[in-house]
Amino acid sequence: MELFFQQLINGLSLGSLYALIAVGYTVVYGIVQLINFAHGEIFMIGAFGAYATWMVLGQPTDWSAPLSILVLLPVMIIGGIIASVTVALLTERLAYRPLRNAPRLAPLISAIGVSVFLQEFVRLFYGRIPGFPDAKSAIPFPVVHGISGEIIQLGGVTIQMSAVFTVGALVVCTVFLWFFVNRTKTGRAMVATSQDPDTARLMGINVDRVIMAAFAVGAGLAAIAGVAHGLSYGNIGFRMGFLAGLKAFTAAVLGGIGNINGAVVGGLVLGVTEAMATTFIPGQFGSSAWKDVWAFVLLILVLVFRPQGLLGAKVVDRA
Amino acid sequence: MLEVKDMVVAYGRVNAVKGISFSVEKGQIVTMLGTNGAGKSTTLRALSGLLPLVSGEIWFEGQRLDGVPAHKIVERGIAQSPEGRRLFRQMSVEDNLKLGAFSRKDASGVKSDMDRVYDLFPVLGERRSEAAGLFSGGEQQMLAIGRAMMSRPTLLMLDEPSMGLSPIMTQTIMRTIRELQADGVTILLVEQNAQAALSLADRGYVLEVGHIMFSDTGRNLLGDDRVRRTYLGAD
Ligand SMILES: Nc1ncnc2c1ncn2[C@@H]1O[C@H](COP(=O)(O)OP(=O)(O)O)[C@@H](O)[C@H]1O
Ligand SMILES: [Mg+2]
Repeated sequence: MELFFQQLINGLSLGSLYALIAVGYTVVYGIVQLINFAHGEIFMIGAFGAYATWMVLGQPTDWSAPLSILVLLPVMIIGGIIASVTVALLTERLAYRPLRNAPRLAPLISAIGVSVFLQEFVRLFYGRIPGFPDAKSAIPFPVVHGISGEIIQLGGVTIQMSAVFTVGALVVCTVFLWFFVNRTKTGRAMVATSQDPDTARLMGINVDRVIMAAFAVGAGLAAIAGVAHGLSYGNIGFRMGFLAGLKAFTAAVLGGIGNINGAVVGGLVLGVTEAMATTFIPGQFGSSAWKDVWAFVLLILVLVFRPQGLLGAKVVDRA
Repeated sequence: MLEVKDMVVAYGRVNAVKGISFSVEKGQIVTMLGTNGAGKSTTLRALSGLLPLVSGEIWFEGQRLDGVPAHKIVERGIAQSPEGRRLFRQMSVEDNLKLGAFSRKDASGVKSDMDRVYDLFPVLGERRSEAAGLFSGGEQQMLAIGRAMMSRPTLLMLDEPSMGLSPIMTQTIMRTIRELQADGVTILLVEQNAQAALSLADRGYVLEVGHIMFSDTGRNLLGDDRVRRTYLGAD
């Protein structure tokens, strides 16, 4: 039973990470029907942006736990968000917007190009910034005292503080998203645009701005996920966006792509499934080498029996 | 108020509107008639900035309108209730109306205009928090018109508001259009229901396969043989 709760906690933590990234796939898809294959790299840029912020702060390693949690971490998160949002908006402007009226395949290929470009850019140039470490291999993520390596012991269940941070970040972001979508003008414009872009324009909505907002929101959450990844795994690398992005995309499809709640649910379900599979499936099939297999088996099962995803995709409704 | 000169609009390489010219005077109701596929909706979509012009010009209150992005056209005072109503069906009546007022900053004015829509169409006021998709066709048309009015347009374009409505409901909608005109709104009304439209219109244009075939006052067109044969089912 303890093992079950242990894996549930691990799964929720992993799932929260997926969910934070998955939202970016889903909001962009919901509005421009583009699968932004470079979104995993936006997550990676967020982590490197947070790292760069830490460098700029003078690589503080001896700040007390309260100061680290209340000042250092928020500043690093903001730095990461600025980096990822800037890059996301640039890619939208330069790589996707010119192709908006092109056949669907063109922006998809453009997205793959952006993905490769961003990985290589970080790999080759991050270390060229004076004082920065070479990014050709993984870089140890800054230690945030009070979180990195800290644990809470709850009976026989061990909870990493980084997991608390990751799950907490997802909760805060979900509340923020709800408020944004339902209570702000830009959020309402986003919903209207995803339902019927032409009619949204007839309402006086600037659809270009709505699309930028969608990219920005997705990038912001991905940056937070990037920091969460750094805290949880202790290092970051230019390739970290590939598998995480693929899993998050899976989570978005699982939940019903285009549906924000679906991305959150899909992420959590995927994370918990992986954690449970590696523990409770006997023999070699339960080894961690198989966890990605189970993730995609779950995706295939859902797509076969419920093609619109768990929560159902955006209802295309143009009567 | 509105002047269209030699407008050509295409989908891909196919011209749907093939060089039409017409004008709408302030305070008038102008109608555009034509069978399915004549290019009426294409014309309205181009006027709203949803489609680019291949050639020609659009002038609105002394300013060039073609090339202006759609959301800016709303700010200039042109609203459209599109064909098929295109409501945000899962959103409430109130949210639909709020979206209609998207470009406005004056919250109190928006509130009073919303009340005005509810006065005009009491059923919408009574069920303002229900999803738009739950309403009948006629009620949805009322909402579509109300939503378009929420931007406080000086020119209101209506694309086939009587489509799919009962004769009684059509009458209600036509009466509303008359009331809006009395309030000083200029109206460009696209219709297939020639009888209903022409009895309201100061002027009518008859569109066929992308060309304006002829135009006259509403009264004269009602009596015109060609119109009677094609659109009024007389022979
Ligand atoms: N989205 C579109 N793509 C290609 N052709 C279109 C499209 N919409 C309309 N058309 C064509 O343009 C012509 C005019 O259509 P439309 O303006 O909708 O006519 P109307 O509103 O008078 O019925 C028709 O031949 C129609 O088939
Ligand atoms: Mg039409």
